[in-house]
Amino acid sequence: QESQASGLPEYIKIVEVGPRDGLQNEKVIVPTDIKIELINQLSKTGLPAIEVTSFVSAKWVPQMADHKEVMRGIERHPGVQYPVLTPNLQGFHSAIAAGATEVSVFGAASESFSKMNINCSIEESMIKFDEVAKSARNMNIPVRGYVSCALGCPYEGNIIPAKVAEVSKRLYSMGCYEISLGDTIGVGTPGSMKGMLEAVMKEIPLSALAVHCHDTYGQALANILTAIQMGVTVVDSSVAGLGGCPYAKGATGNVATEDVIYMLNGLGINTGVNLYRVMEAGNFICTALNKKTNSKVAQASFNTGATN
Amino acid sequence: RRARLTLSLCPQVSAAAAVGTFPKRVKVVEVGPRDGLQNEKNIVPTPVKINLINMLSETGLQVIEATSFVSPKWVPQMADHTEVMQGINKVPGISYPVLTPNLKGFQAAMAAGAKEVSIFGAASELFTRKNINCSIEESLERFNEVMAAARAATIPVRGYVSCVLGCPYEGKISPAKVAEVSKKMYSMGCYEISLGDTIGIGTPGSMKEMLTAVMKEVPVGALAVHCHDTYGQALANILVALQMGVSVVDASVAGLGGCPYAQGASGNVATEDLVYMLNGLGIHTGVDLQKLMDTGTYICNTLNRRTNSKVSQASCRL
Repeated sequence: QESQASGLPEYIKIVEVGPRDGLQNEKVIVPTDIKIELINQLSKTGLPAIEVTSFVSAKWVPQMADHKEVMRGIERHPGVQYPVLTPNLQGFHSAIAAGATEVSVFGAASESFSKMNINCSIEESMIKFDEVAKSARNMNIPVRGYVSCALGCPYEGNIIPAKVAEVSKRLYSMGCYEISLGDTIGVGTPGSMKGMLEAVMKEIPLSALAVHCHDTYGQALANILTAIQMGVTVVDSSVAGLGGCPYAKGATGNVATEDVIYMLNGLGINTGVNLYRVMEAGNFICTALNKKTNSKVAQASFNTGATN
Repeated sequence: RRARLTLSLCPQVSAAAAVGTFPKRVKVVEVGPRDGLQNEKNIVPTPVKINLINMLSETGLQVIEATSFVSPKWVPQMADHTEVMQGINKVPGISYPVLTPNLKGFQAAMAAGAKEVSIFGAASELFTRKNINCSIEESLERFNEVMAAARAATIPVRGYVSCVLGCPYEGKISPAKVAEVSKKMYSMGCYEISLGDTIGIGTPGSMKEMLTAVMKEVPVGALAVHCHDTYGQALANILVALQMGVSVVDASVAGLGGCPYAQGASGNVATEDLVYMLNGLGIHTGVDLQKLMDTGTYICNTLNRRTNSKVSQASCRL
């Protein structure tokens, strides 16, 4: 009742992107068995969705070269979704062959970013995604759509909310059940988050929206809180805050799942996730990567760090 | 309720309304030279402290907590309080409050040229006992002397309340207790009460609850929040405080100052990250973020440590 009285959602779905978005942005190539163990540990935390891997060419993303092995090697817990990225039809078919039952496509609200990242315009990328969406529909496979650079672009700078709304609408219309709005370089603040969501909510029902905030400027939790106050009920995060920012050397990237859950717990919002188990999974992967966690909750809770 | 009725008509209007309005201006109280340095392991040389404060004086900050007139036996870091106070450039229009735990400290502060002082209470009995070896009631009685002397000298006094969202010894702290201590300090004559989440354990939920209770006893215009980022919650907590009308926020350049209660954990929220958020919200602070970052870089280089400010980390072109 606590969350309801404050006008906040009762339940927030956390989409764990550590194994894909997180590891993809880690320098060290992670062995397949470590990836599988991480996902298996995350499957036991109560997380409802865990992004497993990306069926992208190994030439582009070496970290995800073992996508088939990972997909086939993980335990599949009932009630947990295991989406994978599929940038095109080829990746989609490969994913299905490997046993994937949900896929994601990645659009961007910035032409420059789209060109630099996937070497085509927004329009061209939408055509590719449409092919994936059509095949997916035929096979009853749900598709999640991501919109990058929703609050700013490393090349273009400011991104207008109307553009984010336009791209989101495009993805939603082609059949994506959910649109995850990504603050790719973490430049957003509660002010720009609010402006962007207001524009997007004109085109897409609130229940189909998610926020994917990066903590590069320390704004992620404040931005997530703003989104939740506006009625968003799906939040992406990464265990231990895995994944740096490729656009700002040494800076952080994804917001840490532990820190998000800590905040939601404090707000009386149900997530179904066991914070301690997430911290344990975070500790596992940080030890394996020989790196310090980016989660402040984990830092504060583990008095003696495994890796100082 | 009105929001729910309009939901079906215009979801984005009520959603935006849920985020609420913010103050147009926020006063940022810089606590790095005192609270920040006090919790740094290495003793910082006096010239460095003075340099730090002088650089901060160039950033547009209006309030910079300079030092603490406490016995060097208790806080060795602040042993040079007189030299610091006398050595800094006192820029007109900027306030340089100092901590004064008792009358002796107050008198030393006056002799050194201080024009504003702060006193520290707590919402937890156990914390007070462990920290200054007396009860909350006794600590407030000691402050009476300081208040009387300050009043006589027309020196403004700022009151701090520690452990407002949790205590390292007692755990949960009731909002009513925070309200009670805040009210006492306000009635004693403190012009402002800074509510401190000493161990950073609070979340927007507990912040809202606590402020609701305190605002029944102290006008919101006299309230400030002092959030620690130990659990990464500081900016979210500050956001909620702003939504509730609080317009004074404490922060520490480069996020100086670890947490003495959780080894290796961070403490104060970084002023740079706070100003970044306020800028994004269109809230006026008067602070030049670049100059602030430069100051943070200076003190971190000098202390040979990494910044705790994410804005600073992201902006580094190294």
